[in-house]
Amino acid sequence: MNWKKNLRKAYIGLIMAFLYAPIVMLILYSFNNSKSRAQWGGFTLRWYHELFTDEAIMGALGTTLSIGFLAAAISTVLGTFGAIALFQMKRRPRQAMLSVVNLPMLNSEVVTGVSLMLLFAMAHIQLGYVTLLLSHVAFCVPYVVLSVMPKLRQLDPNLAEAAQDLGATPMQGFLRVILPDIMPGVFSGFVMALTMSIDDFVVSFFTTGSGVSNLSITIYTMAKRGISPKINALSTLIFACVFILLIGVNLQDLRRDPRKGKVEKVRIPY
Amino acid sequence: MMRNKALAAPFVLWAMIFIVVPLVMIVWYGVTIEEPIPYTEIVQPDGSVIYQLEDGSRTTEKPWQKRAVFSLNNFRRMLEPTYLRLLLRSLKVAVITTAICLLLGYPVALILTGRDFKRPALWLLLLILPMWMNFLLRTYSWMSILENSGILNSWIARLREAIPALDEWLLSMGVRRRIIFLYNENAVILGMVYNYLSFMIMPIYTVIEKIDKSLLEAAADLGASPVKSFLRVTLPYSLPGVLEGITMVFVPAVTTFVISQLMGGGKVPLIGDIIQNQFGKSSDWHFGATLSLLVMVVVLAFMGALGRIDKDDEPHKEVRIL
Repeated sequence: MNWKKNLRKAYIGLIMAFLYAPIVMLILYSFNNSKSRAQWGGFTLRWYHELFTDEAIMGALGTTLSIGFLAAAISTVLGTFGAIALFQMKRRPRQAMLSVVNLPMLNSEVVTGVSLMLLFAMAHIQLGYVTLLLSHVAFCVPYVVLSVMPKLRQLDPNLAEAAQDLGATPMQGFLRVILPDIMPGVFSGFVMALTMSIDDFVVSFFTTGSGVSNLSITIYTMAKRGISPKINALSTLIFACVFILLIGVNLQDLRRDPRKGKVEKVRIPY
Repeated sequence: MMRNKALAAPFVLWAMIFIVVPLVMIVWYGVTIEEPIPYTEIVQPDGSVIYQLEDGSRTTEKPWQKRAVFSLNNFRRMLEPTYLRLLLRSLKVAVITTAICLLLGYPVALILTGRDFKRPALWLLLLILPMWMNFLLRTYSWMSILENSGILNSWIARLREAIPALDEWLLSMGVRRRIIFLYNENAVILGMVYNYLSFMIMPIYTVIEKIDKSLLEAAADLGASPVKSFLRVTLPYSLPGVLEGITMVFVPAVTTFVISQLMGGGKVPLIGDIIQNQFGKSSDWHFGATLSLLVMVVVLAFMGALGRIDKDDEPHKEVRIL
């Protein structure tokens, strides 16, 4: 039996190697003292120094982050209230609306991007920061609705009534009773929206203009001429942050969990 | 009490503007083409020309505006062999990618949910983590591994220098010293499998993890071999996850336009590339919209075939919470 177990572990090892190979390469290149990908010119931190003075990359990073957080915040508010509104609808209209909200997830990114671009063209809105933000909100909201909905279903319907019987205004009832209960869903919706927005390329490609570009678009433009090692340095930094953050959060959960080290849940914003 | 409609109206309005209207726009652009607005030239007694438009208005400048008219020309164009071949290739590449992802990913989910790993969730997290690095960069990084003077080729070269017998045997088999990995269909498939593999692993893992372990114990107690209990318990219960995984891989695979450009070097254009071109270089938005419609229909047909439309609304009581 033991060789079978080793075989299984080796398989996971191989898949890990496949998934991490390009990442290891990328990290190595970020320390490579040569602009070419083909040769190793010795260890350097030069790209990390130059990264912070590169206005194009820093600007793109700023756009990515500001669009990401703004889009995530707006779509979390919109999606949470939307989910509550959907939840309170009668069966027929609810199902109709749910199908509509699910459309962007069923559709491919290309179709979403093209359709939003045509919308802005029709409304004579010039493509730029605002259209980029609106588009990101548009494709993030469904994910927020999707992660809030199950929490609403688990909600005890008597709680809201009890709050109102005891004299709470709807707003107080929402803030004190409903929101704390659905908070995990709202939070995971926010994180999901943030992740989707930061990682997005396709929709951004169709809906941005007038020189506004986020990291994905900058990388896409660079890929044709050759990617600057500075981008590798930036990605290494981002990857390191995410890595430490997620592993840290999950290890803490592991330690807290009383069940002999075996954990059912892991926090992955997907 | 807050009125139900007051809460629903803004959301419904938002969904209309940002989901429904854009799709209607695609349909509208898809079934129209642009043509110059018609006008008649009227020569004045003094020899100058004025132009009269259909609505009777006149200008002294030649009208340059275009208008959209209903036409199914783009649908006819879409059915030309060039585009059908592209669609077929996109479907082929997507099907192969999905199959490889399933074959590679299912065992991963199965092994991780088994008893070999003490912290399966952490391993799963490690498998998903690469997805946090920008996918364009990861794909680009594959190019540097696979290119003609890349790392893989230099390792192979070193290996062949070290073992001359291997080198001779490979040469006799017709394998060149520098293997061309990039810029063909296989490279595109590799890029897709790499980018979408975790989309397959995640849902399958989630489903297998939820299977009641006592079912497997019961199967074993009743004398089922591990293979049989897998076939009779785990596999049927994991099917919803498999379907979810297939969708999550197939849909982006059939419509991508970046991976094919990078890994295929423009030599393996897919339907997504052609759509992108219509909104960029060749700039025929109407034809681009027609092709988008085609892609939409293909994707929806695929989902319909898998029975994955309208499955999210679990029954619940109608309650008012606000």
